[in-house]
Amino acid sequence: MADVSETETINQATTERYKYGFVTDIESDTAPKGLDESTIRFISAKKDEPEWLLEWRLKAFRMWQALDEEEPTWAKVSYPKIDFQDSYYYSAPKEKPLLESLDDVDPKLLETYTKLGIPLQEQKMLAGVAVDAVFDSVSVATTFKEELSKHGVIFCPISEAVQKHPELVKKYLGSVVPTADNFYATLNSAVFTDGSFVYIPEGVRCPMELSTYFRINAAETGQFERTLIIADKGSYVSYLEGCTAPMRDEHQLHAAVVELIALDDAEIKYSTVQNWYPGDENGKGGIYNFVTKRGACRGKNSKISWTQVETGSAITWKYPSCILQGDNSVGEFYSIAITNNYQQADTGTKMIHMGKNTKSRIISKGISAGHADSTYRGLVKVMPGATGARNFTQCDSLLIGDQCGAHTVPYIEVRNKTAQVEHEATTSKISDEQLLYCRQRGLSEEDATTLIVNGFCRQVLQELPMEFAVEAQKLVGISLEGSVG
Amino acid sequence: MAPMLEIKNLHATVDGKEVLKGINLAINPGEVHAVMGPNGSGKSTLSYVLAGRNGYDVTQGSIIFNGADLTAMEPEIRAREGIFLAFQYPVEIPGVAGTTFLKTAYNAIRKHRGEKELDAMQFLKLVRAKQADLNMTDDMVRRPVNVGFSGGEKKRYEMLQMAMLEPALAILDETDSGLDIDALKTVADGINALRSPDRAMLMITHYQRLLDYVVPDFVHVLAGGKIVRSGDKSLALDLEKEGYAVLGTEAA
Ligand SMILES: Nc1ncnc2c1ncn2[C@@H]1O[C@H](COP(=O)(O)OP(=O)(O)OP(=O)(O)O)[C@@H](O)[C@H]1O
Ligand SMILES: [Mg+2]
Repeated sequence: MADVSETETINQATTERYKYGFVTDIESDTAPKGLDESTIRFISAKKDEPEWLLEWRLKAFRMWQALDEEEPTWAKVSYPKIDFQDSYYYSAPKEKPLLESLDDVDPKLLETYTKLGIPLQEQKMLAGVAVDAVFDSVSVATTFKEELSKHGVIFCPISEAVQKHPELVKKYLGSVVPTADNFYATLNSAVFTDGSFVYIPEGVRCPMELSTYFRINAAETGQFERTLIIADKGSYVSYLEGCTAPMRDEHQLHAAVVELIALDDAEIKYSTVQNWYPGDENGKGGIYNFVTKRGACRGKNSKISWTQVETGSAITWKYPSCILQGDNSVGEFYSIAITNNYQQADTGTKMIHMGKNTKSRIISKGISAGHADSTYRGLVKVMPGATGARNFTQCDSLLIGDQCGAHTVPYIEVRNKTAQVEHEATTSKISDEQLLYCRQRGLSEEDATTLIVNGFCRQVLQELPMEFAVEAQKLVGISLEGSVG
Repeated sequence: MAPMLEIKNLHATVDGKEVLKGINLAINPGEVHAVMGPNGSGKSTLSYVLAGRNGYDVTQGSIIFNGADLTAMEPEIRAREGIFLAFQYPVEIPGVAGTTFLKTAYNAIRKHRGEKELDAMQFLKLVRAKQADLNMTDDMVRRPVNVGFSGGEKKRYEMLQMAMLEPALAILDETDSGLDIDALKTVADGINALRSPDRAMLMITHYQRLLDYVVPDFVHVLAGGKIVRSGDKSLALDLEKEGYAVLGTEAA
């Protein structure tokens, strides 16, 4: 039932839906534009890094140069060629606070995070959640550090870990995602600026949720964070990351690397609520989110579980993976990817079974609306030694409207006869009957759509830590605004 | 007093095909009307037209509900204004818990009526009371909406929603089909409990057995897209005995 105000309402919905699009006016310390060895030296000097790390970066940079700006092209995404010289690689608020005390944090930054719904003052925070706040290229605050250190848990910016725990960083950095892994991982290894570092000692169950909140603020600046999480024998940690960026007409690059290591009997639960600016309703602007995330289940009976809710970014290119080395180790991937307007997402996972009786489970829910395109790309690989390996994969796609697309690209490689691999895939649409049923009970078309989509995503939403599940459900609704009517 | 619902010379098409061919019907507050008629005669179509389903277009005539033109309203506005349809075939909504669904609907309607929304505790208490009346278990109410429900369970879930939403006009499309004898009695008690001087009901049914429990004020026979006969409860008894043949050629 079209009426005059319809287009107006849709416009309003699409411009209002991204409420994190503001810019914080803060003086920054920035590296000169472009990328060469001097940029790397600049970053390393800013962070007062030891020689070994500078060498590590330079080696990565030379490797990246040899790739001659040839980005990978196998993903089902399209965008104009990126000019890597036309970007800043380091930007930090000038008054860098001493990270020891939150009282020293620039009030403008505190205000920014409050506006984003992440108050950093401990008394106002969600109880039981410690936050590391990364603003452009640096970590600006980490909360509950003292409380955590009582349990021996290390939770700090990776730049600080380099200074205070070099032996751990040296041992594990690049051990899961090697420098040569892929174009963006190589680039990240050269220019990474900040990110979080977590170490959970043997036998410790981390007493609170740990979370990192990434914020891009500066214009024409790429964010290259690096996160490293180590769960020692018999430990447990649940970690969550969130991300937002201002609304800008030009695209900005976000190329992160996340490495997880779980030793014997350890468990890491890693959840992401990704809400980078997706661009406007015509596909202008937005973040290019090219991310390498991988976990190694090194020890026996270890477990790594990825849960992601991907609603933002103009383009998402991301495959959180598990290398199941330890016998009886378990890898899980739960994903919701929502694309609307002109967003593109090519996302999925890799489960590499190496140890005996390793198990993996993949639940992927893709939702496309508007002109968006979404692809699930997954690899299940069973190595010869992985006797008794089992995988279950379920990929469901939901289409809203008839101009969007959904694709499923599963790769299965089995080299052990005892392995059991199951794959199920469905594609559906929200039916007229379902919409009528909800509307007949008083729900608006948008609320009905949100409810049905949330139902479709339930298996994944219920994997999120409670505090964030509600937030994620709301986000599902917001991301779909303007997709019906 | 003006009727609550006044349908005049209603013609409607479904995907371009004319199914309703001139329906006249007036329903006053407090009345229960039964609509009977052969398969394919247009009973469900009438209920969908009243609910505002997409693709069900009014081509002639009018529907006035509480003084307003019903056809100008979106389905959700009709619902909030007090029209409730218990579907003949309730649809499954995977992953959406029955209680969540009910609460969302309940609060949307309360809000429209200017009443304040209930908090989770008050809401659950209310649902518990109503579900007990319908012999429904917690499990049935919490499960995803209609998913894996038996035919009879679906109908009872519709009745639970009706009891919660307290509509002004309830349209029940074959709510008695698929119910066992005990469930029929329970559902009928539920319907009777909602009968009130300011509420009206339009019950579509094929069987006298429901009308034994919920005694209608009027009975209409719909055939070939028109109401071909109206009467009191005795009309249903005549039909039960003799079938639609009693109506002659009109019903063919
Ligand atoms: N989408 C459609 N396209 C064409 N014809 C349709 C469509 N939907 C319904 N009809 C036709 O409209 C007529 C009325 O259908 P309706 O469902 O209203 O019947 P009914 O009286 O409710 O029957 P029953 O007693 O079997 O429930 C039928 O002939 C049916 O085939
Ligand atoms: Mg019918």
